[in-house]
Amino acid sequence: MSTRVNEILTTAASFEMPKYSSKDFSSDQDVRWCPGCGDYSILAQTQRVMPELGIPRHKTVFVSGIGCSSRFPYYMETYGFHGIHGRATAIASGLKVARPDLSVWVVTGDGDGMSIGGNHFIHLLRRNIDVKVLLFNNQIYGLTKGQYSPTSEQGKVTKSTPQGSLDYPFNPAALALGASATFVARTLDRDPKHMQMVLKRAAEHKGTSFVELYQNCNVFNDGAFFQFTEKDTKDDSLVLIEHGKPLVFGKEKDRGIKLDGFTPTVVSLKDGQHSVNDLLVHNERDTTLSFILADMTYKASLPRPVGIFLSVERPTYEDLMTAQIEHARAKRGEGDMDKLLNSGDTWVIS
Amino acid sequence: MSSTKQTQSLEEVTIRFAGDSGDGMQLTGTQFTNTTALLGNDLSTFPDYPAEIRAPQGTLFGVSGFQIHFGSTEIHTPGDQCDVLVAMNAAALKVNLNTLIDGGAIIVNTDGFSDKNLKLAGYAQSPLRDGSLDKYRLYEVDITKLTSLALQDLNLSSKLVDRSKNFFALGMMFWMYNRPIEPTVDWIYEKFKNKPDIKEANTRVLKAGWNYGETTEIFKVRYEVGPAKLTPGKYRNITGNQATAWGLMAAAKKAKLELFLGTYPITPASDILHELSIYKSFGVKTFQAEDEIAGITSAIGAAFGGALATTTTSGPGVALKSEAMGLAVMVELPVVIVNVQRGGPSTGLPTKTEQADLLQAVYGRNGEAPIPVVAAATPGDCFYAAVEASRIALKYMTPVILLTDGYLANGSEPWLIPSMSALPDIGVPFRTEKEGFLPYLRDEKTLSRPWAIPGTPGLEHRIGGLEKAHLTGNISYDPKNHEFMVRLRDEKIERIAHDIPDAVVEGAASGDLLVVGWGGTYGAIKSAVTKVQSRGLKVSQMHLKHLNPMPKNVETVFKSFKHILVPELNLGQLLKILRSKYLVPAVGLDKIQGLPFRSVEIEAKIEELLKGGK
Ligand code: SF4
Repeated sequence: MSTRVNEILTTAASFEMPKYSSKDFSSDQDVRWCPGCGDYSILAQTQRVMPELGIPRHKTVFVSGIGCSSRFPYYMETYGFHGIHGRATAIASGLKVARPDLSVWVVTGDGDGMSIGGNHFIHLLRRNIDVKVLLFNNQIYGLTKGQYSPTSEQGKVTKSTPQGSLDYPFNPAALALGASATFVARTLDRDPKHMQMVLKRAAEHKGTSFVELYQNCNVFNDGAFFQFTEKDTKDDSLVLIEHGKPLVFGKEKDRGIKLDGFTPTVVSLKDGQHSVNDLLVHNERDTTLSFILADMTYKASLPRPVGIFLSVERPTYEDLMTAQIEHARAKRGEGDMDKLLNSGDTWVIS
Repeated sequence: MSSTKQTQSLEEVTIRFAGDSGDGMQLTGTQFTNTTALLGNDLSTFPDYPAEIRAPQGTLFGVSGFQIHFGSTEIHTPGDQCDVLVAMNAAALKVNLNTLIDGGAIIVNTDGFSDKNLKLAGYAQSPLRDGSLDKYRLYEVDITKLTSLALQDLNLSSKLVDRSKNFFALGMMFWMYNRPIEPTVDWIYEKFKNKPDIKEANTRVLKAGWNYGETTEIFKVRYEVGPAKLTPGKYRNITGNQATAWGLMAAAKKAKLELFLGTYPITPASDILHELSIYKSFGVKTFQAEDEIAGITSAIGAAFGGALATTTTSGPGVALKSEAMGLAVMVELPVVIVNVQRGGPSTGLPTKTEQADLLQAVYGRNGEAPIPVVAAATPGDCFYAAVEASRIALKYMTPVILLTDGYLANGSEPWLIPSMSALPDIGVPFRTEKEGFLPYLRDEKTLSRPWAIPGTPGLEHRIGGLEKAHLTGNISYDPKNHEFMVRLRDEKIERIAHDIPDAVVEGAASGDLLVVGWGGTYGAIKSAVTKVQSRGLKVSQMHLKHLNPMPKNVETVFKSFKHILVPELNLGQLLKILRSKYLVPAVGLDKIQGLPFRSVEIEAKIEELLKGGK
């Protein structure tokens, strides 16, 4: 069907993509996050990765909800939509279904994505619409000035919980897996290289990509992730999960994760009882394993897993819809409105 | 089939089919309607069904009804009262008896009056025996028994046999009102082509019903209702929801855009989703979202991408969508929001009709968030209202609310089929020119902003729900800019008044009383006004299709009448708007029963006003 949108796309097809640099993805707007905020790093890594994706700026759209992170689209020299609280995933769903040719990204936070937008979030994942979701997790409400969030640790003392919060936190990676996500990853604002790798993989994945980014809010929740990002502690507190590689961690690479039945346990590689061969080897195409790894998240005895939990293929919602439309057209031809109006029982009055 | 009995001619008749919600009364009514339409009668229907899908059998709250009013004259309503009541059981009789005129005919299925049925319906003794129905003409037929006799040799389950009995009633009514059974036979063949025993059973029972009327002594006369004088042309029957769906499709075609529907199922709007989901070959994309909010926000996303985007719902859904409607106002993207109104507040009366969402449509958002409002007047008018709502949305880059209601949605009428070429072309302000592009640049005349869709090189820009700086669309907290933008958005909607037709006055251009209505009350008002006009009263009718902004001539029209009456199925919502906007001493007539107006109710109010105030 020739639509006005198709006309624009046909004209744009002759567009010759320049060799972009990260600067080309930076808009003329002043970035307004607090100095020192982890968001700066995420913006920088995203702008660095964009030129490598081979997608023109005009085909890229960033959609966001409400919160500190949701200012993100204003700073990207692409199409952008700053929506309303919690609904970025739903806006992006409609956009991608209407326009499968676009590269659609969602920027959300732990409040926006896990609390007010929790419902849209899980439904996006189960539908597997090809949208890239970046969840900036700072475990606090920043924009509203410091209330606990759905990922804050239990007992957290904030303005709205002077005696400590009662809520048990969401584990976003496990939530995403539970909603049948096809790509689930976690990365850190203070590890630019790792973040770039994860963002690229997320972009390349066909289907919904979910990336949880640990992000420091230095104003209201400073240091929430320092254990996993700072030199002294990170090696002992964090385990990088990489496809096909055993789970080894520790400053000296002297510990690993072994599966005891379905239960991950820490073993020493130095005490002569275990070797690398005994360790759990990550397979990002194994859905069962992904649950086990994600479940390590809040266990004090285990290092925090960071990396790509899962990357599997499943048909996307928009591809299935396109197939239904094409099938209907192949069978019945392009719909004819006059024919439809005149279909069924009709009669003539003369 | 032809008949040997005496035939009497009638100008118009109203029949009500009533039974258990599992008895197939809606299907019976629809079949009777389609055949009646084929005969060239004018008609109007009103399905009246319970909110429970399968309420317990035989209970009062499980009664489902379908009323059809047809005639050789113009028909504007489904009929104030019925002439014939077909009651499949005691509960159906009890619930519907008050809709029957004195002296009207009751055809009962006697099998539905067992002791158990009587008890469930709350009858101490059988109304068929206690003389309470003496002022009516009562016909007792054991439909259940006759149905099973007709199917005796087929060895069908008793459940299947029971399910066929509505076709017996239908066959009888076809006989009584001299209508052919062939269209229904054709329909049965098509519908049950893969279920031979159901096909055979239904066809047999339908014929048995017809023959019963013809051969038994119980009915002495049958009736003839000749074709109506309708505007020449090709007709079809259409319900409001179907017309809405087709109107949206027609608009998309005219605008050369893809139609995107983001929606969540809700009574009585779901049939629009069902209808649109059929038409994949038209490129229609239907997205059944996880909730009402995702319904509209997905539509807003699709609109950003360049689709004709729509969301369909009822009042409770609009309540949930209102924040997103404000977003659509702010980002100035076209979205058609269809509200098929039902009884409220809260869950209210899901299957009943009401007009109590007008103030919600015109004012119900945070901040100054003006949205154009269009309302359909009849089932067939839903088509044109949907085209008009889409035209305004696309031309002015704005969300538009289309109001219909449960009565229009499920009601049907013969509809003169339009041709696509006769519909206006719909322009779309897609921007491709890079030079001088600003996201909030305004068209001088319409004040609408350019629609620059992703995929257009060089027009990368950002929009959002924060206040926009004039022209650039950048975030702005400047006090003066805010007031300027609020006034600009308001002015944009106000200017639409220059682009809509004048409100039509039906009847003399001046007189003693003007009856002003909107939405689904058109037919009832029309009938009432026509009647009092024929008695020489100086009464005219004005039915508003554009409720925000209103047509420019409204104020002038008001000045030509001594009194203004506003009948509404609410507590006077249009009345409030008219009084505050035009400072006129209009009076209201309110009905809030989940039911449409009877034209006599409006007639009585007109008489009362003119007696008192002449
Ligand atoms: S409040 Fe926290 S999250 Fe928000 S911008 Fe400031 S540092 Fe960043």
